[in-house]
Parts: sequence; C-alpha cells; structure tokens
Amino acid sequence: MASESKKVQSKVQTARRLRDAVELLVKNIFFLCGFVAVASVLFISVYLVISGLPAMLEIGVTDFLLGDTWDGKNGVYGILPFILTSLAGTAGAVVLGVPMGVLTAMFLAKVAGNRVAAVIRSAVALLAGIPSVVYGLVGMVVLVPAIQKAFHLSSGACLLAAIVVLTVMILPSIINVAETALRAVPKEYEEASLALGATHTETIFRVSLPAARSGVATAIVLGVGRAIGEAMAIIMVSGNVANMPGSLFTPVRFLTTAIASEMNYATVGSLWRQSLFSIALVLFLFIMLINVALNVFIKNKKEG
Amino acid sequence: MKKFIAMLMAGAMAFSLAACGNQASKESQAGTDQTDKPEELSGSVVCLGSTSMTDVMTVLAEQFGMDHEGVTVSVEGGGSGAGVEAATNGTADLGLASRSLKDEEKSAGLVENIIALDGIAIIVNADNSVADLSVDQIAKIFTGEITNWSEVGGTAGEIAVIGRESGSGTRDGFESITKTEDKCKLNQELTSTGAVIEAVRGNTAAIGYASLSAVEHQNGINAITVDGVACNEDTILDGTYKIQRPFVIITKEGVELTAQTKAFFDWAMSKDAADLIRQAGAVPTAE
Repeated sequence: MASESKKVQSKVQTARRLRDAVELLVKNIFFLCGFVAVASVLFISVYLVISGLPAMLEIGVTDFLLGDTWDGKNGVYGILPFILTSLAGTAGAVVLGVPMGVLTAMFLAKVAGNRVAAVIRSAVALLAGIPSVVYGLVGMVVLVPAIQKAFHLSSGACLLAAIVVLTVMILPSIINVAETALRAVPKEYEEASLALGATHTETIFRVSLPAARSGVATAIVLGVGRAIGEAMAIIMVSGNVANMPGSLFTPVRFLTTAIASEMNYATVGSLWRQSLFSIALVLFLFIMLINVALNVFIKNKKEG
Repeated sequence: MKKFIAMLMAGAMAFSLAACGNQASKESQAGTDQTDKPEELSGSVVCLGSTSMTDVMTVLAEQFGMDHEGVTVSVEGGGSGAGVEAATNGTADLGLASRSLKDEEKSAGLVENIIALDGIAIIVNADNSVADLSVDQIAKIFTGEITNWSEVGGTAGEIAVIGRESGSGTRDGFESITKTEDKCKLNQELTSTGAVIEAVRGNTAAIGYASLSAVEHQNGINAITVDGVACNEDTILDGTYKIQRPFVIITKEGVELTAQTKAFFDWAMSKDAADLIRQAGAVPTAE
C-alpha cells in the first residue's frame, strides 16, 4: 500500500515538474518575442543616430536643416525643401482627409443602417489593405494626367497629386479609430440630448463628437504618422524634383522619397550616403514626435 | 471543410515550390553543361568603375558565376574615373568606363575594349507632332532655354521635361553627351525607365529619355529622330545616331590577367554574351 501511494506521489511530482518546465519554456518564448520588438527599435534608433549624426555635424546642423539646395551628387546638402514638402504634403492630406474621415466615421457609427455600414466598412478595410505601390501606380496613370488636364499644366506630377494620394491613404486609419471612439460614447449622453429636444444631427456634432474628441485626435495623429512616412506611393506622383514647395503645382520631393531615390547610387562611406542617413534621422525624429503626441492623447483619454 | 481546403492549398504550394526548386537546379545544370571547359576555374574577379555599366556587368557576372561555380565576379561602382584609376594601379582586375579613353590614358598603357554601345532614345508622346530634334535643341529643352513646343515646330504648349534621378546611369549618359550636366531643369525626376515611359505616354506635352532597348515595341510613345537619324541598333553601331556612348572594359598592357579574369573577359567580349548584354539594355559590339 505504502509503495503504491509513493508511486502515485512520484508520478504527481514528475507531472508537476514537467508542467513547471513547460511553463518556464513558454514564458521564455513570450519574453523572447517581446525582446525582439524592443531590440529592433533600440537597434534602429541607435543605428540611425550613429550613422546619421556625423554627416549632419560635418555639414553643419543649420546648413543641413535650413539649406535650400540639395545636390547630393555634387556635395550640396540642404534639406529644407524636403522638410517643407513633407510638412506641406502631410498638412494638405490632413486638411482634406480628416473632415472626410471623421464624417465617414460619424455616418458609420451614428447614421448608417447596418447593411450600408457593413458595405462601407469592408470597403474601408480593403482600402487599408491596398499596397502603397498600387496607389502610386494608379495615381501616376490616372490622377497625374487628370490634374494636368484640369489645371492646364505641362506636367501633372506635383504636390497636389501627392496630397490627393496621401489623403486617400490615410482615410482608413482615421475612419477606423474615429468610429471606435464615437461608438464608445455612452448612450445616455445622446439620449439626454435627444430628450432635451436636440435633433439627431445636433446631437452628433454637439454631444457625440466632443465626447469622443480624444479618440478623434488619436485618429488624426495616426493619419499624420502614416502620411509623413509614406514613400512608395508619392515618389511616382510628386515629380520628385528637389524644389521648394512654392505652390500646389510645383514638382516636389519628400523626406522619404529623397532617401529612396538616391540610396542606390550614393557610394558607401561617402558624405552623400551619410547625409541620406541624416535625412532618415530627421524623419525618424519627426515620427517619434508624432508618437509622443499620440501617447499623450491616449493617456488623456484614459484619464478623462 | 475549411481545414481540408487549407491543407490542400498548403500541399499544392509545397508541391509547386518543390517543382520550382527542381527547375532551377536543372537550369543551372544545363548552364554548367554548356561550358565545355575541362579545367576548373576558381577565385574572384573584381570589376570596378562606371555606374552606368553596372546593369550590363551584373547580368554578365551572374551568368558567369552560375557557369563556373568556383568563381565570383563582383561589380563595383565609383564612376568611370575610378575605373580608369583601378585599371592603372591594379586595384581591380578590370576597369569599367562609359566613355572612350583619352589619348594620355592610352599612352599610359591602358587598352580600350568596347564591349557594348549605349544608345539613349529621346521619347515624346505619340500625339506629339514633333518627330525630329537636333542635339542642340534637345540640350536647350532640357536646360530650360526652350520651353514651348512651338519653338521647335510643334503645336504650342509648354514642354514637360522628364528625366531620371541624379546618380542614374541613363541620366549621366544623356547629360554628358548633350553637355547639360547639372544644368537640367526638370518637371519630373523619376526613378526608373518604366516610370519615364509611363509618364511620357500619359502626357502629350512631355519629353524624356530612356535606353533604346526599353522603348522598342512600346505603344503611345515615339522615339524621335535626332539630327534626322532614327535610334536603332544599326544607327548606333555605325555611329550615325549621336546620343550614344561606348561601354569600355579597361585592361593594361603588360599586365597578365588571372586565369578566371581572362576567361570572364574573353566570354564577355564574345558573341555568347551578346544576348545578355542586349537584355541589359545595351547594344553588343561583338561580331
């Protein structure tokens, strides 16, 4: 009898030990996965700073950031045109895309019937899944000639074309996040507003939207992040010439496309190549700033 | 049912992958069979110089590497000047230059071996009535001195000038032949030959340039004649088409090439490599 119970006991112990070992293994796998993400971010940040800073210091930070001429091949490195273009392009996309996106989100969350909403929602999801090179291709073949004809230009590849493409590209993220935020507004708020005699439209604009404002702000920042980091779609429609963004019809080059179009040619180790990394560093800082802003909004949302 | 379909698809994919693998290995075997050289070559061949030649040389290097397993051919950029220098002081096995050698370079013992000619076609939209321009007119259009098609005999309308990004071999070639280096005022700077052709196709006011091989058999665009000469292989070979330049492999007198370099060089200059060179966008000179 005693030996029997001992046997059972040892069996239980082995099972427990095995279970613990598996637990530990799984835990380590989880940790490893988490570590890969953190390590990648750290590696990229450190790498960008190490490879981007020297050129910036050699050229001179003010000359680099505020110089208005870029001719990498011949050693003139001023990236102000790229910075201004990226800012103008992003701003343009936000000005067009945010109202459109937020209104769509309102429609989906508060107005549309279930069937209509389902159709629009799946269309938006599809829009988000289209590869950026396809946006670029369609933009180049359809949008650029259309702009050229509509405004009687010699060439339709310009800032405006890039803004239009970026607007369509940031719509999905704005719509999704804003819709979720609008849906999360407590029903009581809206019911109270309706009970006080406000119309449906008044309720949406005066009650639902203000209540969901931090979520909408998050949506906007997400859109900005997507717009400023895009390269492939706009390299094909923006003209890609290093001009100051003088008007909507100037062919321009963005921070992202400046890196993409010259990285192939800049000889390894040259100041030209290093300065492309410096552009990447500037872009990275912009995106970090946007992320910080995003975190602030999300934090506010939790507290409010 | 879903699981079953998924498994079926996974199986099909695995099978097709395996099939691809088989094909690839068969092809590489065929490649080795073609070369009937008994002695095994090994080691490396370093080619250095003109970035414009990178496309052609890379294609050749890859094929040669497949045919001779022990040999790796590397192609490095740096520009024609670097190619001449590398051939002079022996830092690379072969120097590359996308221009003719100067007399003083030749007298220093360098040998010019023209492997191919690079013809750059000037293209306009198919609806554009302009069919011929002189080199001088082309240069003036690209530098912004001529801005309207009516100045060169076309229907009035502002010219949209489309070029390539700085660093591109085609741009380098075009600008050095038309003497418009760093003076071009472009409306669009596109990053591939295909993009330039697409942009010209979509814009009746556009003018652009692209390698000859890329513009043949294209609808919607016209390769115009330059000084009355059409751009094709014949006119490039006989030298009447102006916008062309030689692709040169530079060797040095009195310097013996390593066995693998000599094999690569002989093969690259021979007729066997002509099709590959043509595919890479240049006109082979081997006869």
